[in-house]
Amino acid sequence: MNAILEVTNASKAFGGVIANHDISLSVPEGRIIGLIGPNGSGKTTLFNSIVGYHPIDAGEIRFEGREISNLRVPQIARLGLLRTFQQTRVYTKMTCLQNMEISVSQDREGFADMIARPNPEVVGKAEALLEFVGLFAKRRLRAGDLSFGQQKLLEFAMALMNGPKLLLLDEPTAGINPTLINGLIDRLKRVNADLGITLLVIEHNMRVIMNLAEHIYCLAHGELLAEGSPEAIRDDQRVIDAYLGAH
Amino acid sequence: MSGVARNVVLYGGLALVSLAAPWIFPAYQTQLAFLWLMVLFALSWDIVGGQMGYNSFGNVIYFGIGMYATVVVQRDLYYTVEEYAELGGGIELLLTPAQYLTGLGLGMGLGVLIAVATAAILGTGILSLRGHYFAICTLGLGVAAGEFASGWDYIGAGSGMVAPLFPDGLGERSLLFYYIFFALSALAFVTLRWLYSGRFGLAINAIRDDEDKAEAMGLRTTRYKTLAWCIAAFFLAIAGGGAGNLIGFIDPTDVAFAGSTFGVWMVLMAVLGGKGTLWGPVIGAVIFHVTQELFWIYLFGWQRVALGVLIVVIVVFFPEGIMGYLRQRRPDWFGETVAEADDAGGGR
Repeated sequence: MNAILEVTNASKAFGGVIANHDISLSVPEGRIIGLIGPNGSGKTTLFNSIVGYHPIDAGEIRFEGREISNLRVPQIARLGLLRTFQQTRVYTKMTCLQNMEISVSQDREGFADMIARPNPEVVGKAEALLEFVGLFAKRRLRAGDLSFGQQKLLEFAMALMNGPKLLLLDEPTAGINPTLINGLIDRLKRVNADLGITLLVIEHNMRVIMNLAEHIYCLAHGELLAEGSPEAIRDDQRVIDAYLGAH
Repeated sequence: MSGVARNVVLYGGLALVSLAAPWIFPAYQTQLAFLWLMVLFALSWDIVGGQMGYNSFGNVIYFGIGMYATVVVQRDLYYTVEEYAELGGGIELLLTPAQYLTGLGLGMGLGVLIAVATAAILGTGILSLRGHYFAICTLGLGVAAGEFASGWDYIGAGSGMVAPLFPDGLGERSLLFYYIFFALSALAFVTLRWLYSGRFGLAINAIRDDEDKAEAMGLRTTRYKTLAWCIAAFFLAIAGGGAGNLIGFIDPTDVAFAGSTFGVWMVLMAVLGGKGTLWGPVIGAVIFHVTQELFWIYLFGWQRVALGVLIVVIVVFFPEGIMGYLRQRRPDWFGETVAEADDAGGGR
């Protein structure tokens, strides 16, 4: 199977702090891959490196075979590699529907596109996706008036609106009501199966990641500690030690 | 009343009142012309300052550019710089009505070209600054523009320039400029209403709310930001061309690049009415201008103090402006309603 994302020997240090060291991972197209690790293990740094927030010090990052570690954030996003944020980010003073409308793919955009009229097709798609995450009734409310969990769902819907090939989700279930988490797992699986979007998921909730991911990478202290199937990771003594703070 | 009928009554009524105003209050024609200038200031400032969230104190640059460009064109089309100097520094610069209007139109056109080009160049450079850094940078640019104009002999240096005398045969000067500023304000309002309701409006609102998120979603933020500033420059340059001829005298720092008056007022008016809304700047400009005129009439000697108090009151009690206050109190008036039964779980 083709790897849509290939990280090879990536390293990143902030001054003397080594956030990522020599990390290699591969995300096959069409799959759901998990990324776990204790707090401060470098998961979000790796996400930031992949989507272009900061350059990596060494190694390479390839998306669909193309080197992207030298591209900037919006350029990478327009290639179809999108991320959601751990601290949810939506456009708080705009309505949910407006949040969705401006999230369409920006891959081609001349002057006429910049001043384009609202497109009924886009609005229809936005409403369908809001329905999908259960926010249709609130589409005319300002995003800032939603609860944290709902903003998380809105951000997820905005990412889908963009139609990415690969979506990086940073703790999609953090702050979401436990009864809604099952629904979210189900939705993530449907997005993967029906829309063909590859997912790379950071998650602290073990129940979620074990249910969701087909393959899991575990980071600790900025290094790749283990990888394997959910069962293998669950039984891996090194992973358990890392979470219990053995080193 | 349906939405369309309400709009017809609202806009038609406003247009009628505006067209008739200088005839109903002939003694206040100049003040009324300035009223529309203030509306233009507030509307054009709000594009970048309100809708896009980039507080600019340098928009007055484009106003000054338009002002100088227009008078320079009016002069250079018909006189050499030496002849102009011999005419008592331009005090007796006489043009025929046709020459005057040609110069005015071409000058405004040139002003727009220079101002928009300047906005595009400056914007590409400094719109990557965020928050306070951008505000301070624009403040500095505004001051620099005034100093630059004060040192350039071709445009009169520190002694400024005098606009051509208003020729006989064109009626009242204030009446002509009243209608010019009214037409320009109406054009600005309609253009912005159209732009804000489409992709452009969504994009600059997104930049205001969370620029990092907008970039992460692939938005070409630099292009939108520069375009927004160019649109503001366009309207300000034309306004400047008209204002120079209406005022009659261009001082580089007190009239053209007047950061401490016009430059601050345009911010205050937009804030007072509610920045980031379409009607806010219009309402803010009207209230601010009328209040200011009243201060001059009834509190003469203390008018600057009263203005200062007004500014403090605006910032402290209406940080969101009048429209923002209404939107907080009555979100349903702005279409923010829950459509049907809550099916998403959780409270609002």
